[in-house]
Amino acid sequence: MTAKKKLKVATTSLAGCFGCHMSFLDIDERLFTLLEHIEFDRSPLTDIKTCSPDCDIGIIEGGLCNAENVHVLREFRKNCKILIAMGACAINGGLPAQRNHLPLTTILEEVYHTSPGLANGMIPNDPELPLPLNQVHPIHEVVKIDYFMPGCPPSADAIWKVLTDLLAGKEPELGHGLMHYD
Amino acid sequence: MSHTFTLDGKVVPFVDGQTIIQAASAAGVFIPHLCYHPEFKPHGSCKLCTVKVNGRHTASCTMRAAPGMVVESETEEINAERRALTQMLFVEGNHFCPSCEKSGNCQLQATAYHLGMMSAHYDHFFPNRAVDASHPDFLLDFNRCILCSLCVRASRDVDGKNVFALSGRGIKTHLIVNAKSGQLADTDFTLDDKAAQVCPVGVILKKRQGFAVPIGERKYDKAPISETAESTEGR
Repeated sequence: MTAKKKLKVATTSLAGCFGCHMSFLDIDERLFTLLEHIEFDRSPLTDIKTCSPDCDIGIIEGGLCNAENVHVLREFRKNCKILIAMGACAINGGLPAQRNHLPLTTILEEVYHTSPGLANGMIPNDPELPLPLNQVHPIHEVVKIDYFMPGCPPSADAIWKVLTDLLAGKEPELGHGLMHYD
Repeated sequence: MSHTFTLDGKVVPFVDGQTIIQAASAAGVFIPHLCYHPEFKPHGSCKLCTVKVNGRHTASCTMRAAPGMVVESETEEINAERRALTQMLFVEGNHFCPSCEKSGNCQLQATAYHLGMMSAHYDHFFPNRAVDASHPDFLLDFNRCILCSLCVRASRDVDGKNVFALSGRGIKTHLIVNAKSGQLADTDFTLDDKAAQVCPVGVILKKRQGFAVPIGERKYDKAPISETAESTEGR
């Protein structure tokens, strides 16, 4: 019997804090079981920088706060059959979206010019820096997202449940105790 | 005189004058709701408690039970509609649960859990709403208001103070404070007001008790809203 082909899983953190990735690692020794079924493609865990064109599952942490985030998200959507939003920021913008009611210019002015202790501050304008978006957006507002794992972060058990449901070919479902927005 | 109707096939007794949701609640059957509160006159505005009565949609908090009614509630169709309504409430305001003191005790959040809401689905409005921290004992965070009007009803009908009101129409409807300045500090709102206890979400928050109960050990962390006693909202 030939071994079943492993699913390719890519992950990234956009405007997130990597807390969801930390929670992902909190599945602890279950990672070994997981690795019997999947292999990691582009991910902070592998340091691979671009997605293979045949990824099965893409897991996105964080919302969209700059142009590069949008670019990476589109790359994931193009290369992954299933895209999962992981955590509050990917789902509703989360903490970074707390800036959404303030004009971007006001924020940049305050951070780089008018805050106490800033002498001759200047707003960074290097062409290598991605331009910030006017508002932080949840990722489902830009590309189609297939599944959502809410939580700040989703617990390791919730992440495990969603992934194992998917591997079993089932619709992921989080019952009481695993479903959390906080 | 006692009569019965059926709710999802279950025979539910009721007495004359009871609404569908009152009879269901007395029989231990949960119907999702946000603006309904057993101690107050129904408002019928959130539509979460919508059921089908003899095939027609109606709010179960305002519809009186009648003998022989055939009521459907826990169907995939009705729960999908309830979920869509809940998602609209989430995108219209700023509901960031991780930084909200009400998280875990919030009826909106618990109802969304109950309905299996995995995302808000729609585009977020990200409205700009100022908070009112003027009162010495209370904070008002309008970002989370779902316009249930429970504080309006409690202040008017129980406290006799008329501290709150809903102003504007349609999508512009918003909660206001009945003072010339618009500030809560300039009203006679106090700690023992009923209106201070009824907010189902995190708008009316008591100051100086943040995180007294850690996240994860709060009311709806322990049991889903469908299993917690009716009307025990409060802090």
